[in-house]
Amino acid sequence: MLSEKTLGSLIRDKGRPGRRGFTLPKNDVENLDLEKILPKKALREEKPELAEVDEPTAVRHYTNLSRKNWGIDTNFYPLGSCTMKHNPRANEAAAATPGFASLHPLQPEKQSQGALRVMHELQGFLSEVSGLSAVSLQPLAGAQGELTSILMVRKYFEDAGDTGRTTVIVPETAHGTNPATATMAGFKSKEIGVDEHGGVDVEELREAVDETTAALMITNPNTCGVYERNITEIAEILHDAGAFLYMDGANMNANMGRMRPAKAGVDIMHYNLHKTFSTPHGGGGPGCGAIASTEKLAPFRPDPTVEKSGDEFRFVRPEKSIGRVAGFHGNFGPILRAWNYIKMHGPELRDVTDMAVLNANYVRAKLGGAYRVPYNELCKHEVVIQPPEGKRALDIAKGLIDHGYHPPTIYFPLVVKEAMLIEPTESESKETLDDFIGAMLELAETSDEDLEASPTTAPTRRLDETRAARQLKARW
Amino acid sequence: MARFTPHTDSDIEEMLDAIGVRSIDDLFADVSPKMSGELDLPPVLSEYEALRDVEEAAWENDTGLPMFLGAGAYDRIIPSSVSAMLSRGEFLTAYTPYQSEVSQGGLQVIFEFQSMISELAALEISNASVYDGANAVVEAALMTARLTKRDPKVAVSAGLNPRYREVIETYGVEIVELSHNNGTTNFSDVPDDVSGVFVQNPNYFGNIEDIEAASEAAHGVDALCVAVCDPISLSLLEAPGNLGADIAVGEAQPLGMSLSFGGPYAGYMATKEKFVRQLPGRITGETVDKDGKLAYVLTLRGREQDIRRARANSNICTNQALTALAATVYTALMGPEGLREVAELSASKAHYLAERLQASGFRLRYPDSPFLWEFAVEMEDVERANEALLDAGMIGGLDLGDGAMLVAVTEKRTKEELDAFVEVVANA
Repeated sequence: MLSEKTLGSLIRDKGRPGRRGFTLPKNDVENLDLEKILPKKALREEKPELAEVDEPTAVRHYTNLSRKNWGIDTNFYPLGSCTMKHNPRANEAAAATPGFASLHPLQPEKQSQGALRVMHELQGFLSEVSGLSAVSLQPLAGAQGELTSILMVRKYFEDAGDTGRTTVIVPETAHGTNPATATMAGFKSKEIGVDEHGGVDVEELREAVDETTAALMITNPNTCGVYERNITEIAEILHDAGAFLYMDGANMNANMGRMRPAKAGVDIMHYNLHKTFSTPHGGGGPGCGAIASTEKLAPFRPDPTVEKSGDEFRFVRPEKSIGRVAGFHGNFGPILRAWNYIKMHGPELRDVTDMAVLNANYVRAKLGGAYRVPYNELCKHEVVIQPPEGKRALDIAKGLIDHGYHPPTIYFPLVVKEAMLIEPTESESKETLDDFIGAMLELAETSDEDLEASPTTAPTRRLDETRAARQLKARW
Repeated sequence: MARFTPHTDSDIEEMLDAIGVRSIDDLFADVSPKMSGELDLPPVLSEYEALRDVEEAAWENDTGLPMFLGAGAYDRIIPSSVSAMLSRGEFLTAYTPYQSEVSQGGLQVIFEFQSMISELAALEISNASVYDGANAVVEAALMTARLTKRDPKVAVSAGLNPRYREVIETYGVEIVELSHNNGTTNFSDVPDDVSGVFVQNPNYFGNIEDIEAASEAAHGVDALCVAVCDPISLSLLEAPGNLGADIAVGEAQPLGMSLSFGGPYAGYMATKEKFVRQLPGRITGETVDKDGKLAYVLTLRGREQDIRRARANSNICTNQALTALAATVYTALMGPEGLREVAELSASKAHYLAERLQASGFRLRYPDSPFLWEFAVEMEDVERANEALLDAGMIGGLDLGDGAMLVAVTEKRTKEELDAFVEVVANA
């Protein structure tokens, strides 16, 4: 067990002036006297208050912090909408390969052919999975993939001289990033309701779409875990009005080999390589929000994309590019991992989807009864449930921690009261799912008092979140 | 069945029975079969075969050579403990720390990261990172517009990394060009309707800028001053917060992140506490749990997209938590003295190289502007020089396209390599 003392203290407090955790090579040229080249006022007067620690102290400190964190490696993590699947360690080995890790992003193309080939091949793989021919790997996370897509749509209409497209439609079940993206891209976001399957309400959509509509941002399967069975009709409504269908690809783990977005009429989408293709989430990033689009939108992709001419790979600026969205070429680490992941799966990516959907439906079937299932029909890779009448999602979630399970996503989607969104992924065995189901059934029967007291076995108990905001202390 | 999915055939049978369907295909009964189809992807590879392909592709890159390229990403020494900590599965395979009770490790790391950035910048508050330096710059530009209630319009000079400027433009921020004399920005003619004035230090050409002049110019027109600083330089240069800057941002890559062909890196952002509501992205704050024990939690969540949706101050969700961990461990190991030593070593070696080049007849592009570890040197044919350097086993500097090479020197370079560089370019 860790002592309270170890748990509570910051790296700064474990140091003493004069301690060092790393030594550097000796200077083999003359020492530069900074005061000779810079005016005195340019030089720092007071040194920053950082940690001054030796290496053993630092390594122990961060190792012990890691032990206060749960990851997929330590616990089942059925976090809906996040696809917390196993992260194969071969991907880490790939990213650590010196020939990639030490490659500078501004080295000329002929010095970076291996990296460009990886990017070109991944563009092809993502194109194959989506059926959309034009790919950009540059967006640095899902939300930036969304923004990139909507900026491309915006630029398309600007280019076409169609200045009246001011609105992006977003279903009320959408991820928060969707409306935030629409605003950031300069559009008004208009919310529409959903039908009895949690899907886009087609009649409401028909009413909402007009000559001011630029796009609909759809998630398929939707955030209730249900397949959007009207997707073809939805696409037609938008296309008839000259607007685009954008798909949030957060849920692509349900679609590989089973639903090609292009065939459903999707014009543009983003992937989350850190979800579907298992580049680790890293505690909240880095990600990669690669996008894929039809040829119609291809000229507007970020600068640059990778093309092959003859035997050489090169960077090319798409003809009417929106410009760049990242300092360099994207998060290459996740790009390389996703490329490796896809090569270790090949056409069997479809089995990944099949097993993810099997697991979610199994959980649905086993929890239905004790828990309410608002959309009790076939689900895809995730299922939304509600606690028994009178119980709160938050309490069940915290109770799960004491059973050794990371809580599912709670209070999302917003249209379901006390929602618990469970995404088991393909990585989990039947035994793990059965144990989890057992814990959930037990929690349904646990007294409110005990639930409200949970968790009691985690590194901390429930936190005073109001205090954190009211008495803001965000640094030492 | 592949090694990443555990079910046996009998598991699958039992599970299908429990669901009440007969086959896996039945689970997709609601998806039109027209939408599916075999994936035309290369055949499945074992781990060994896949990693052999990785090695093969890696050989197609020129790496492992002394590097003189910088321009926003630097070839610095990374302590082994950094990658050791990053490979801890508890950090690597965790999600965003929304469930605080089982995420205290990650939350404390963010708190420490924020503390270190705030200290380096001498500003009151920092966020948990954004995607990269370019995105920190554009988020700061948008912040200045919200805070001044003006249209997003920022004054920048050629001293701002052109890639950062391109991202600013993509996001629809208007740019006003400031002139620069002899490699440093002239802040005397800032228009009075801008929301922000940007100053990069050291600037794109490696030269030291006057942040105080930039902040005076900004405040003179009721705009905000954004300083874009290399975090390593803040160990020896006066902190932007002490020179009147309202927001400090930059690329944290030099703090323990490998070059990795441009990412993942991490953008940092620090500002005054009174501006915190307009700071995008996650922020970790201190609090207590039910038993009164100190703990950390994501706070001021009302700024963010999952709560505020269309009215959020940014759409950012995923950030760069793992690379922010790298920056935290790196900065902890180095401490203020170590960071300063990295800076001094790099500057000493860069000045040695600049002097040797001048002694061999080369002219610096900006001989009167002080620099630290990056400088522009005039060359007739940069491309030819870089080819000669590659032939000699070195990666040359950046071709600025106008008869000059931007050369970066880090603590990694040895006197021998610097001498060899001079010899090769002198004879190219």
